[in-house]
Amino acid sequence: MKYMDYLRTELFPLFWCGGCGNGAVLGAIARSFETLGYTKENTVVVTGIGCWGKADDYVKTNAFHGTHGRAIAFATGIKLANPSLNVIALMGDGDGATIGGNHFIHGARRNVDITAVIVNNYNYGMTGGQLSGTTPENSKTTTSRYGHIEGAFDICKLAEAAGAPYVARATTDNPVVMQHLITDGLKKKSFAFIEAIAPCPTHFGRNNGMPDAVSLMNWVKDKSVSAQQAKTMSAESLEDKLITGKLVDKECEDYGTKYQKIVESLRVKEASS
Amino acid sequence: MKKDIVSFAMGNEAITEGALAAGARFYAGYPITPSSEVAEFSSIRLPKLGGMYIQMEDEIASIAAIIGASASGVKSFTATSGPGFSLMQENLGVAIMGEVPCVIINVMRSGPSTGLATKPAQGDVMQARWGTHGDHGIIALSPSTVQECFDFTVKAFNLSERYRTPVIILTDETVGHMREGYVRRELSPGEILNRKEPTCTPADYKPYNFEAEEDGIAPLAAYGSKYVFRINGSGHDESGDPCARPDNADKFIRHYTEKFIKNRKDIVEVKEFEMDDAEYAIIAYGCSVRGAKAAMKLARENGIKVGLLQLITIWPFADLEVLEICKKVKAVVVPEMNLGQILGEVIKVGQNYTKIAGVNRIDSQIITPYEILAKLEEVAK
Ligand SMILES: Cc1ncc(C[n+]2csc(CCOP(=O)(O)OP(=O)(O)O)c2C)c(N)n1
Ligand code: SF4
Repeated sequence: MKYMDYLRTELFPLFWCGGCGNGAVLGAIARSFETLGYTKENTVVVTGIGCWGKADDYVKTNAFHGTHGRAIAFATGIKLANPSLNVIALMGDGDGATIGGNHFIHGARRNVDITAVIVNNYNYGMTGGQLSGTTPENSKTTTSRYGHIEGAFDICKLAEAAGAPYVARATTDNPVVMQHLITDGLKKKSFAFIEAIAPCPTHFGRNNGMPDAVSLMNWVKDKSVSAQQAKTMSAESLEDKLITGKLVDKECEDYGTKYQKIVESLRVKEASS
Repeated sequence: MKKDIVSFAMGNEAITEGALAAGARFYAGYPITPSSEVAEFSSIRLPKLGGMYIQMEDEIASIAAIIGASASGVKSFTATSGPGFSLMQENLGVAIMGEVPCVIINVMRSGPSTGLATKPAQGDVMQARWGTHGDHGIIALSPSTVQECFDFTVKAFNLSERYRTPVIILTDETVGHMREGYVRRELSPGEILNRKEPTCTPADYKPYNFEAEEDGIAPLAAYGSKYVFRINGSGHDESGDPCARPDNADKFIRHYTEKFIKNRKDIVEVKEFEMDDAEYAIIAYGCSVRGAKAAMKLARENGIKVGLLQLITIWPFADLEVLEICKKVKAVVVPEMNLGQILGEVIKVGQNYTKIAGVNRIDSQIITPYEILAKLEEVAK
């Protein structure tokens, strides 16, 4: 299947604002599906609620549109009940790293073979630009007019600390790299996490003096450091930087495989008793 | 040859066995007294049957996982008690609006909040009916014996599959932890219902096209089959696509209530005891049925002709059956371990026909036959 065949082009133009990075991430996902030869039948796209949570509207694969923050939990059930499915959970930073933060860390720890893509746009886009768990300190949002006084999550570090076998960060200014990182995550037989950096121009950008996509892209570029480059840099100089690329890629047997081993051993025991 | 096994077990074990007998092969849950034995038995039994057990990080995730598993075609269940049931309410709505079958066991304990964690209550009756936001119907069953724990759980799965709906088992600490003999029947294939699957071409499949069906229930495919579809907890049309048109919203939100009204005869179940010559009636459900049966006997020994109506389905409410009884008897007594949640429903139905009184305890002590008897004697004066 060609990547456009995964998308419901009849519904275009997309619901997202001009300059929003969601379309680029969706395109990278569809291209990854093409690369991996996924079928509509064996793929389930699970979404949360938010601007990015509407991504499932545009896919032709199976879809599950549930509640705000719970996509990983729904995806866990979908995958474990039918391990032959390719299951991908799409969440915003509010969805995946704020209201759903608990499911996120336990998903990373539990290691069910699903792929989670969080589009980090640094705020709650859908509800009008309020602060989220990834909103940078001091920035302005519709609920931090005087400057945000909380610290922000580094979601990739969070995933790594929680034990995720695959962690990657991509930015929308490099869609080809993003696609490779998503493809590798999907291929990985374990919990895989990709953070797609795509600041919301309509709210986060406008409220912080970067009302257009170009200035936001430059802001992201200035902050970005590749994983390779980062190795040569001091911890201090990496503060506030976005380390991009593949951050974790380790072997770790997934939950379903381990569980099946128990099922098998019980079968053998039963047969021999 | 069918193998019926007679065993001595606690209610929570019989519930687990009922689920497995009905074909459930997926359990996700989070431990909480007095329901944890359902998780423990499931974790032992399911891997032996090739089924999946998973302990999730909380009850929000637990109900999400069973809804997801069911969408993948596997009958699924979870068990909890008050605090966990509260956490499940939002995603219970996903199962209602997404029309995904699943079974939720609520072994009720004394509330509100953490309450008296190890003590029985029947305080979640209205929460089961209205706990999740928005208009909807629901099915809830309440066992009073270990045998009923098994039988009603089988029924719960069958109704869930038949009507594409979450079904709640409302049991309580008393029944969940009580040990009794029961028959773990091997069910014949005819006793197990499975969801209606689509027979159309994949291109024609619409997961929510209920109007095209005589029974008003659209067939449900499974992820991974030849049918590609969208389960949607947001307002959607027949195809599962988002839709905010007022006429569409009206049609679907009515459907979440009307599918139960339309099929009421098949869903609602009550049991009558000695109602033929009864001049007074007890209406009871769950653990309170036990004291009610004993009270009925005592009353008859004292010359008061008392019968008993046991509500097997609490929701949808057995209004017609209750009405019939209210029209027939001089007074009705409703014992329950709350401050009158079903009493209110009985009053709604029967207040113009008979005297109605509650026997209510919320101190975590089960209602004794003598308390019910005293109320019967009072109304019979
Ligand atoms: C339980 C619950 N709380 C709040 C909301 C309201 N709500 C909808 S989307 C959203 C935030 C979306 O932000 P994010 O997940 O970052 O996605 P984005 O819109 O930015 O893509 C909120 C708070 C909801 N739907 N459910
Ligand atoms: S509000 Fe922000 S996140 Fe939402 S579509 Fe517009 S630009 Fe994208």
